[in-house]
Amino acid sequence: MAMALRLYLLLIVFVSSAIVSFSLYEDQVGLMDWHQRYIGKVKHAVFHTQKTGRKRVIVSTEENVVASLDLRHGEIFWRHVLGTKDAIDGVDIALGKYVITLSSEGSMLRAWNLPDGQMVWETSLHSAQHSKSLLSVPVNLKFDKDYSILVFGGGYLHAVSPIDGELLWKKDFTAEGFEVQRVLQPLESSIVYVLGFLHSSEAIVYQIDSKSGEVVAEKSKAFPGRFSGEISAVSNDKVVVLDSTRSILVTISFVDGEISFQKTLISSLVEDSGEAEILSPLLSNMLAVKVNKRTIFVRVGDQGKLEMVDSLSDETAMSDSLPVADDQVAFASVHHEGSKIHLTVKLVDDLDTVLLRESIQMDQHRGRVDRVFINNYIKTDRSNGFRALIVMEDHSLLLLQQGAIVWSREEGLASVTDVTTAELPVEKDGVSVAKVEHTLVDWLKGHILKLKGSLLLASPEDVVAIQEMRMKSSGRSKLTRDHNGFRKLFIALTRAGKLFALHTGDGRIVWSTLLNSPACARPSGISLYQWQVPHHHAMDENPSVLVVGRCGSDSSSPGVLSFVDVYTGKEISSSDIGHSVVQVMPLPLFTDSTEQRLHLIADTDGHVHLYPKTPEALGIFQREFQNVYWYNVEGDDGIIRGHGMKSSCAGETADEYCFTTRELWTVVFPSESEKIISTLTRKPNEVVHTQAKVSTDQDVLYKYVSRNLLFVATVSPKGAGEIGSVTPEESALVVYLIDTVTGRILHRLSHQGCQGPVHAVFSENWVVYHYFNLRAHKYEVTVVEIYDQSRAENKNVWKLVLGKHNLTAPISSYSRPEMFTKSQSYFFPQSVKTIAVTSTAKGITSKQLLIGTIGDQILALDKRFVDPRRTLNPSQAEKEEGIIPLTDSLPIIPQSYITHSLKVEGLRGIVTAPAKLESTTHVFAYGVDLFYTRLAPSKTYDSLTDDFSYALLLITIVALVAAIYITWALSEKKELSEKWR
Amino acid sequence: MDKGKAVMGAGRRWAVDFSDQSTVPSSRDILDPPGFSRVSPEQDDSATSRQKKDAEANWKLQKAWEVAQSPFKNLMMMGFMMWMAGNTVHLFSIGITFSALWQPLSALQSVGKVFEPFKDNKVELLMPKLVFLALNLGGLALGIWKLNTLGLLPTHASDWVSSLPPPQEVEHSGGGFAFH
Repeated sequence: MAMALRLYLLLIVFVSSAIVSFSLYEDQVGLMDWHQRYIGKVKHAVFHTQKTGRKRVIVSTEENVVASLDLRHGEIFWRHVLGTKDAIDGVDIALGKYVITLSSEGSMLRAWNLPDGQMVWETSLHSAQHSKSLLSVPVNLKFDKDYSILVFGGGYLHAVSPIDGELLWKKDFTAEGFEVQRVLQPLESSIVYVLGFLHSSEAIVYQIDSKSGEVVAEKSKAFPGRFSGEISAVSNDKVVVLDSTRSILVTISFVDGEISFQKTLISSLVEDSGEAEILSPLLSNMLAVKVNKRTIFVRVGDQGKLEMVDSLSDETAMSDSLPVADDQVAFASVHHEGSKIHLTVKLVDDLDTVLLRESIQMDQHRGRVDRVFINNYIKTDRSNGFRALIVMEDHSLLLLQQGAIVWSREEGLASVTDVTTAELPVEKDGVSVAKVEHTLVDWLKGHILKLKGSLLLASPEDVVAIQEMRMKSSGRSKLTRDHNGFRKLFIALTRAGKLFALHTGDGRIVWSTLLNSPACARPSGISLYQWQVPHHHAMDENPSVLVVGRCGSDSSSPGVLSFVDVYTGKEISSSDIGHSVVQVMPLPLFTDSTEQRLHLIADTDGHVHLYPKTPEALGIFQREFQNVYWYNVEGDDGIIRGHGMKSSCAGETADEYCFTTRELWTVVFPSESEKIISTLTRKPNEVVHTQAKVSTDQDVLYKYVSRNLLFVATVSPKGAGEIGSVTPEESALVVYLIDTVTGRILHRLSHQGCQGPVHAVFSENWVVYHYFNLRAHKYEVTVVEIYDQSRAENKNVWKLVLGKHNLTAPISSYSRPEMFTKSQSYFFPQSVKTIAVTSTAKGITSKQLLIGTIGDQILALDKRFVDPRRTLNPSQAEKEEGIIPLTDSLPIIPQSYITHSLKVEGLRGIVTAPAKLESTTHVFAYGVDLFYTRLAPSKTYDSLTDDFSYALLLITIVALVAAIYITWALSEKKELSEKWR
Repeated sequence: MDKGKAVMGAGRRWAVDFSDQSTVPSSRDILDPPGFSRVSPEQDDSATSRQKKDAEANWKLQKAWEVAQSPFKNLMMMGFMMWMAGNTVHLFSIGITFSALWQPLSALQSVGKVFEPFKDNKVELLMPKLVFLALNLGGLALGIWKLNTLGLLPTHASDWVSSLPPPQEVEHSGGGFAFH
């Protein structure tokens, strides 16, 4: 047995050492991988629908993406993902050909070419302080080039030429206590009005010459009270402000530079008044105010007089006003009614004139309408038609036109927060798969084509046909489990609290569901766990996932648990658990008779709660009561606390599934020299094949494989900032390995002159982490492997043969295992966003590190490159074992980018999951984009490749058999004739 | 009869003549048919026959020794091949090693058959057989040694622990940063 295994392992080593790099051919792209492009939740949208050219909409999103979408199909024409710190404040179109974006709190102004998205110019604006950032691109229909873009940001007002981005002038508004609220540039006027509040109690209006930037006039008027800061510009000479009591609306008019206030009590507008809130839509001569969960429209009269004209229920989203023909201004509102949404477009001046009223059936799982953007077009009968771009609560983007959804984009998938995997249903006898399976003739035809391809006989048309056939090969997108475990579901939880199930075959959304809760309307999703994975009852029980959510953004707000059936996407149950959720600890080893996994949830009071709340689970938990621990990392204080279970908290509450804990240990990092920047544990579901590591000279090292190890990286508080902000002497990086049961620090390693951010990956008995070396001005990667010294004595072969060893006896952290580490460091030429490691079903296959690089690509790096046993001159035996000679830096082999030519924009995480086939692992990367591929780190040594020609094999066998028969007959004949001679 | 007698080979130790005894002496009395000359082994000199038999036994023994020593050549050949194959595991070295193991084994199995032709009550075959056995065992040992140098024998601790899964842990701990 051991021998067979050894041979097997040797084979693997051979196969893996044959070719170092992983790469694929051009025609293999898309066979195993898929890539989906998203943009994120839309913040602003600007339509560009001129008669000529393609109709498009320019959007900027919360994922810092500026994109141009095709209005007909919703496809992305072009897209730019700005950095995570480069949030977009405003987007507009200038000169009819440039898209102007203002980002980074008003300090970065860029112009993109409208048709193809190339950057035309970029201007960095001076910024002195945090302030609102305002972008004002004058609507100039005459294409007069003699105007400028006004940008307020960082305390300065800048005028920028739209043609080349040249800064024309700037004006300083950084005075103490002065906050600029609005920059208004009336049409056909050379005067720019800048309205600001001084100490929130005095309104100041500057009139600035738009050509030179000179202040023409300055007027101020004190307000008896304070402004709240919420403001709505209703016209070119009036704004409406809410005062700090939120009960008075103040109209500030500054006609000809004279400031006048006019106060209106909200209670005089509506009877049931309360705290008011000015809503964002910009309507001309009107504003929308939210009072007591109702939206009221208030018209601003010529003299600043306010009157209420309409009121709507709360569930209404509104668009900005849009000029339609004949100096009329219209706006759209959307409200829900059952499973339908009603889109209404009305004139602002006359709310009784309804230009459009449409009802559209809407999927319940999209939630409420969040934002509306409208655009008009002239129909053939010269009347106005409207199209509305709506953003739903689940972040999806839909275009409505003529009472139908023209297209929709699932933009929620751009903000995936947690991912887990799930199996597909087992193929049952009753389930018909005949539609997908080919007939024998088709099968044969396909293989003949393939054969032609492999014999280089295929014509170009055949090549296309072959490629097409491979792309939609029969079994790829079936909704049943396959033998190799290649078909799976990735369950993704998004920031909007929506759950998506993506098929690994083609990336389509199998189902999606928006979380609900009886306690609150929309709980925010926190994390995702596998709740029930049936093995014994796989045929008749469906697996389910647990979604832990929270009602509200505060950490003490009550948690919500939701159980979702993986096959159907239906929410099985949802419960309001009545306590807060600070941490969730799955207990993977403990399952009850229905294979539900036990989970512990810790709350803010230091209690832990057991789920599922069944007596059986309680029984299982109580057996292991003394052996369950939990720890929490307090990053701000630099403390890690370990807790043990104490007793049932029956004294305080009647809940028998609640337990109190006692503090067992604390690790306190000195706050003046160390700050926790990263912690990491092993993945709880990782499978480790063996505990022994065999070196070249047949020596055995025993891996220290423990789930209770915590990797902690700390850095000097000074060095916690940006790279390069400190000198090497001031910064040090220290990494620890801490046993989370006893609090024992097993290993400590200090890197002087190094700095974070630290990206690490922890698997089996090793940690690989990436950081910046300030002295070398380079990124470094260090590997630490942990070995158990106390078991190293088990070297007597006879004892091992007879099984007289303690290697499989359960171990306790209290037995104080002696351990030693081996480590090595290398330079790494790239900055890293995230690191993951491949995982396979049995843990036999060698591992690859999956490094998400700064260029949003994923690099597969063999673990053999980060092996502390590497030496400068490995011996022959070491070379045979696959030890690579030591080099100062890790190589980046272009072919080993698993994302090949694609980019996973805004990459945030990489998830790996094993397939059933030992050689293969699923890789799912998420960011703004999604990417999936299947990897075989040691090549597919346990299966034939997809393009293996069965037809060729069959033909060869038939030919050989025929040849045998023919030669046999010939030889018989010859023998006979010999005999007759 | 006569023909049967003539067929009796020189290598026979004894023979029983089942031909009709009553007719044989009488047939001596009468004349042989013309053209027939009677040459019978009984007329051979017994001394020359024994000499012949001794020579034959010697020859057999010699042959048996040759056969017994033949694995030695094989052994040298194998040794050379093994040296050529090197100490890494690949198709060639594995093939050589397995043939080096197979040949002695099959030879040991057929040791009786190999020495069958030299069976004689005058020939002492024990020594050649022992030598043959020893040489083949040597070949087998060489093969096993080769197997060991290739690292295919489970003689190290590593061969017995490499499939042991990591031990279970008694304690279970979880946690981390608080959700925020």
